[in-house]
Amino acid sequence: MALQDKYKELVDAAKASNVTNLQVREQDNVLYIDGVAPTGSVKDSLWDIYNKIDPDYRAGDLVININVATAVPGAKAKVTTNTSNLNIRKGPGTDQPIVGKAAHNEIVTLVSKTNDQWWLVRTDKGAEGYASAQYLAVQD
Amino acid sequence: MRKKIFRLWLLPWALATVMLSSCGVKDSTISEAITEQATTTPELKDINITVKDGVVTLSGVCKDEAAKAACENAVKNIKGVKSVINNCTIAPPPPAPAPVVIAQDDPLTKGVTDATKDYPTVKASVKDGVITLTGEIKRSDLKKLMTTLHTLKPKKIDNQLTIK
Repeated sequence: MALQDKYKELVDAAKASNVTNLQVREQDNVLYIDGVAPTGSVKDSLWDIYNKIDPDYRAGDLVININVATAVPGAKAKVTTNTSNLNIRKGPGTDQPIVGKAAHNEIVTLVSKTNDQWWLVRTDKGAEGYASAQYLAVQD
Repeated sequence: MRKKIFRLWLLPWALATVMLSSCGVKDSTISEAITEQATTTPELKDINITVKDGVVTLSGVCKDEAAKAACENAVKNIKGVKSVINNCTIAPPPPAPAPVVIAQDDPLTKGVTDATKDYPTVKASVKDGVITLTGEIKRSDLKKLMTTLHTLKPKKIDNQLTIK
């Protein structure tokens, strides 16, 4: 229960911001928070609270698996690579051949979310394939 | 003869006494008192209460034995209540939450490799579901990397990164 107290602010914020399928479980001295945030900014603010409670995420006592709600097909996502282009691949995985590229800060169309790591996207130029979700920010 | 008349006189009085004691307080009055009591007794909130001839019947679901007893205690001392039939049931305990699913090392290692490929100064290893991070990272990249690693369903993340 001590961990639930430690991260109470985070759990309360998740409840208050309508995170769905919220599950808070403690197992082997690690707290697991799972859920689906309605928007990317909600997920972002939860991560800020996490960083406030546990600066630089050092304690290793929390796994926060919060995803952003599956956007309706046709939603737009921004490419958030540091500077480079984002590879668009034939299948979900870095071992898959590259079929196209999306530029840094380009807005692409979300076709579907294959899993938490790989999303199927389409660029305005018509290239369609899988891109790594960590470089895509769904536009609210 | 005299004795018989005396008995006849007694009869209505006896009847009146019996009736007065049984109908001392009307059921509707008891109901009103219970409704009032319920405003200060949260346990009574979702309990169904009926009153007949001064006998109060409670039915519904209480969260535990203590709540069930509290319902009974709250109504039994109300004026006019002769007895309480407590038919409340106790709610079953909530099912234990499903255990947390931890990713197997193979898909986890693959996910970690993908997530860290753009951070050449970060070294990551996976063992028994635990991701151990060593090496260096820029503070501005830390949140992004951690956000991705946390969605891979690891058992835990041991962050030993030097933050620049």
